[in-house]
Amino acid sequence: MTSRPIATTRNVMGVPTGRLAVWWVLASETVLFGGLLGSYVMMRLRHGAWADQAANTNTWTGAFNTLVLLTSSLSAVLAHQAAERADGPKAALLLRCTILGGGVFLMVKAFEWTHEIREGFTITSGLFWSFYYTAAGLHAAHVVAGMVIMFIVSLTAARNEELHRVENVGIYWHFVDVVWIFLFPLLYIAK
Amino acid sequence: MSGLATHPAVHHDRGFVTYLWSTDHKVIAMQYLFTGMLMALIGGFAVYVFRMQLAFPGQSVPLFGRVSSGQYNSLVTMHGTIMIFWVAMPVLLAAFGNFLIPLMLGCDDMVFPRVNRLSYQVFLLSAVVLVASFFVSGGAFGGAWTAYPPLSANAAYNLTRYGATLWVVAVALEFVAFLLGGVNFITTAMNSRAPGMRMFDVPIVVWMIVIASILFMASVGPLLAGAVMLVFDQVLGTGFYDPATGGDPILWQHLFWFFGHPEVYVVLLPAMGIVAEVIAVFSRKKLFGFRTIVYTAVATGVISFFVWAHHQFVAGIDPRMASLFTITTLIISVPIAEMVFCYIATLYGGSITLATPMLWALAFVAEFLLGGVTGIFLGAAGADIYLHDTYFVLAHFHYTFFPIAIIGAFTGITFWFPKMFGRMMDERLGKIHFWVTIIAFNVIFIPLFITGAAGDHRRIFDYSGFPDLATPGLQRLRITATMGLVSLLSVQPVFFYNFIRSMVRGPIASANPWRANTLEWSAPSPPPHGNFAELPVVYRGPYEYSTEDREDDFWPQHLPDDSPTPVASVGDRRSA
Repeated sequence: MTSRPIATTRNVMGVPTGRLAVWWVLASETVLFGGLLGSYVMMRLRHGAWADQAANTNTWTGAFNTLVLLTSSLSAVLAHQAAERADGPKAALLLRCTILGGGVFLMVKAFEWTHEIREGFTITSGLFWSFYYTAAGLHAAHVVAGMVIMFIVSLTAARNEELHRVENVGIYWHFVDVVWIFLFPLLYIAK
Repeated sequence: MSGLATHPAVHHDRGFVTYLWSTDHKVIAMQYLFTGMLMALIGGFAVYVFRMQLAFPGQSVPLFGRVSSGQYNSLVTMHGTIMIFWVAMPVLLAAFGNFLIPLMLGCDDMVFPRVNRLSYQVFLLSAVVLVASFFVSGGAFGGAWTAYPPLSANAAYNLTRYGATLWVVAVALEFVAFLLGGVNFITTAMNSRAPGMRMFDVPIVVWMIVIASILFMASVGPLLAGAVMLVFDQVLGTGFYDPATGGDPILWQHLFWFFGHPEVYVVLLPAMGIVAEVIAVFSRKKLFGFRTIVYTAVATGVISFFVWAHHQFVAGIDPRMASLFTITTLIISVPIAEMVFCYIATLYGGSITLATPMLWALAFVAEFLLGGVTGIFLGAAGADIYLHDTYFVLAHFHYTFFPIAIIGAFTGITFWFPKMFGRMMDERLGKIHFWVTIIAFNVIFIPLFITGAAGDHRRIFDYSGFPDLATPGLQRLRITATMGLVSLLSVQPVFFYNFIRSMVRGPIASANPWRANTLEWSAPSPPPHGNFAELPVVYRGPYEYSTEDREDDFWPQHLPDDSPTPVASVGDRRSA
């Protein structure tokens, strides 16, 4: 495909360059969400009254979405496995299953938010809601980005090209999962 | 590697459009350098206008006209923002990082050339957004470069509704650009070193740029999150920073300075690295304590995450916390001092040549020292409560940032100019530019230490309303500072003339005009696409100067032990 510089093909650390880069991207993402959630936790500890606002979130919807997102990671792992066996078409198919999982997640979120906004809980209804929409919204943006990247990766993977990308996008997707695993208890369970 | 082209990257970049879309690391470095220089002109013009207003309040400023208080706020804000985010970072980190990392590591390019290109394009977009904000209704953001809420969050206070939001967007875009660049720098340095290049064969400047990139990456996230919250406060009317809704303006200060203090070291470390390279080459001596310098840089980086609240001593933080941050702040000066001692030890007994790059490097050490020492006053909570937000603080951080962003950049540009453009700069013009710049710099900021200690508050548009501060004595000092600034700015055309003339007509430079060891000097000047005819292999560390038993006083990293210039024993040198 593209001609790569020799630099890209070197491997001094013994970790493939692409994977190494993904980990560094995740390091920067970690502090991004860390800063946001850290601010939320510090402020929530000082404002017991937020619990009244948090009581209006729907734990079951959140739990269902957690299930959907974690399941979508399973197919990402299976895609990685298929890529290791050099079975590109199967990896592409499994990646598209993951994209579907992301789609379901976003759909549930859309219904959930529509309901909440109809009830009058908007981003300006109080600081809890501000954090709720900002954090979940930032996370949803990452879900969308992951779906787009995964689709692009599935295109090359289907042709049995650039199969190392399947693992790399999978790592990113697991990270998106992990962020949600923090968001779910902080925004839904803690009433 | 099956199917992949593994020859040195070959590009055919001709014409302006292909230039903009080039993935060559050297082209991208030049794009960052020239964009940074252009932004420096804007930042320099801004400071000229508001310093004139301070020296001659209410009078018409040549080339600008009368300065309104709103314009004054915008200019001060934009000066700070531009100089830190659009000059210091693109020049020191991105331009030198892009130019030097692949060359010094013996690579044909960065590991992700297209990500690299994207990084510059996002950066360019951020610069366009920022400059565009001058022209929106209300003008550019006027809430100071630290953008403290509620001033920054509420258009009723900062009076620049659109400018404020564009400012946050521009800064956020700029951060994205540097995250993309940083991923490239770090992975290239980790994974793509030349065969034989061990960790401590990597030149110090590459170490510094990589450590700086890691610091940036680890500190900028919370501020990006904070920026999202700030935009929501401005545009959607949320109240993250508004006490009326249960929010907290101090939250922004924490998020900002958690990034803001490591940011000082993000720009300092590359400058330190550049200076170290120059000092070693022009002292013809092995860099003293190479490993110590690396360790102190790492230590500085780690400690820099625990000092941020020293910016907030008067913000109502818990006094016990203030003591804690006083201690960490004073501790951080230890590794930096150690680094400076290593530089001085490198100079000691060296055969020093005072070429222009070396003059800049020495000036960096001397001037930065003053910045560091005055920082001790401000790091101690007790003294800071008196000096906070005065011109003393301003003079202090200009004694750190001017050496970093300006002196450091000139050190690097004059040193690597032959490699960048294949021609030598004019030494005489270089020295004239150096001396006037350095003297003028001190004329600007020494008076400001004095006015600051006398109580001059930083954020005042016109002192005539403050009888205690509007004394003739203080006003004379303000005028002196402004005169220093005008001389500083008026000598910069000498540099630009020298730069452009040398680029076109300077004497042709050899591959290694400074007789230096690091790998970039083994490539032709300027290096072609793909950099090296044959990718180099590394045989030794980067600072083998004046080795005994060798005729030459330098020993390039890529020469095998028994070939071209050496004489006599190669002793215990590694043979791999």
